[in-house]
Amino acid sequence: MTAPVIKAERLSKHYGEAIAVDGISFAIASDSITGLLGGNGAGKTTTIGMIMGLVAPTAGRVTVLGADMAHEPHRVLHRMNFESPHVDLPHRLTVRQNLTVFGMLYGVADVEGRIARLAGDLDLGEFIDRPAGKLSAGQKTRVALAKALVNEPEVLVLDEPTASLDPDTADWIRGHLERYRKGKQATILLASHNMGEVERLCDRVIMMKRGCIVDDDAPARLIVRYGRHTLEEVFLDVARGRRKPSLATQEEAAS
Amino acid sequence: MSEHSPAFSLRRIAAMVLRHWYLLRSSWPRLLEIVYWPAVQMTMWGFLQLHVAKQPGALALAAGTFLAAVLLWDVLFRGQLGFSISFLEEMWARNLANLMISPLRPVEFVIALIVMSVIRLAIGFVPVSLLAIAFFGFNFWSLGLALAAFFANLLFTSWAVGMFCSGLVMRQGLGAEGLTWSLMFLFLPLTCVYYPVATLPQWLQPIAWALPPTAVFEGMRALVIEHAFRADLMAWALALNALWLAGAAVAFQALLAAARRGGSLLQVGE
Repeated sequence: MTAPVIKAERLSKHYGEAIAVDGISFAIASDSITGLLGGNGAGKTTTIGMIMGLVAPTAGRVTVLGADMAHEPHRVLHRMNFESPHVDLPHRLTVRQNLTVFGMLYGVADVEGRIARLAGDLDLGEFIDRPAGKLSAGQKTRVALAKALVNEPEVLVLDEPTASLDPDTADWIRGHLERYRKGKQATILLASHNMGEVERLCDRVIMMKRGCIVDDDAPARLIVRYGRHTLEEVFLDVARGRRKPSLATQEEAAS
Repeated sequence: MSEHSPAFSLRRIAAMVLRHWYLLRSSWPRLLEIVYWPAVQMTMWGFLQLHVAKQPGALALAAGTFLAAVLLWDVLFRGQLGFSISFLEEMWARNLANLMISPLRPVEFVIALIVMSVIRLAIGFVPVSLLAIAFFGFNFWSLGLALAAFFANLLFTSWAVGMFCSGLVMRQGLGAEGLTWSLMFLFLPLTCVYYPVATLPQWLQPIAWALPPTAVFEGMRALVIEHAFRADLMAWALALNALWLAGAAVAFQALLAAARRGGSLLQVGE
């Protein structure tokens, strides 16, 4: 049994009276894609912030690759990376300049070679010398993903990686993530509102509501347990508190 | 990817300097802004110095210090702005979280901002000091080795103030940006840029002497008027700067920790 790559233990985050995350615990194994699902305000982004060491927990702790992210994030940050709609890349710098800077920050040995490979993998060639601020939403997402992959991370944390993308580009990104995970045996944690995306990509889904984990299972098993046809229906059941999985369906799923 | 990342890396500092160099290179308005205001200030004070120098007595003597004072004030002010604006660029670009989740250490980030402060200052100061020679016959560089002592002490103070302001913006968001532009102006009357410390009321003088630039401006006046280099004043400024820099570093770390607690690194804004 290998140690979990990401482990949260009774993790909480309070902002004054408001409780963003309320004592959650989970462990994520290596070489897996895990989805973090929940409505707005469920605590997904705060949880991701604590995993990346950007937000200090009020109580509990989270470790990544064995490092406590509140106290020793720099032990492992070079082996991780992150993409989120809450952050951006400098707009005036070209794609190549941005990737050069981040390649150097992450200690990539052959930055030029790495950029050339990323340009090929993510089809950046056409706009690699264009300022990042002058790209379309789809191009920006591909560049953000290239930045997130510049150091070939073992742990990749993605917050809504395909938000605001057209279906074709979103599908293309998902395909790339699947290939990356298989190629590198990487651990990917993915927060998304796109149920189709989660169903296709994730081995496991952690469902959050009001800062708590309300369910945690493989997408197919969740669908069976809730007696639904799609993960979106399960999500709506959980979000609206409409029904809980019956014991019979739980046993059925377990068998 | 290696299991270990060095605790200190010149390459990461170089990456940050390169990031800001790319930015400056791509934006002529940014470059113009660095030179524009110092040039305007120097011209205005230069003409004032020419006018006052024609007056009889002590006033003419004091006038000789105006251009040196304005150029040294600019070192202090532009040094801080060079530091703080480079930091603000990360906030404006919503890039701070990308840096904070990268292997870049806070100390490397601060050193990169210091390097950028020096680069931005050089871009603004060198042409303006040459203009002072061309238009007013005032050769700032003739102050010689004393100039290095003045520069060093003013830059140390500017970095301490820049570090403190950047920490505040990191914690409070862009709503605190105004402080970055205005805090240094509190130093203008208190550090006695254009007049001796003795001009201040007695009760204010100890406060003035607790500010490192006060000793620099007093030292400048001693050099220009009496042709005497006051090493004691420079040593006093250096000792104060050591305290100020240490205090600013502690404040920056505390504000960074507070930003992590408050969740403000993840969602940069007002």
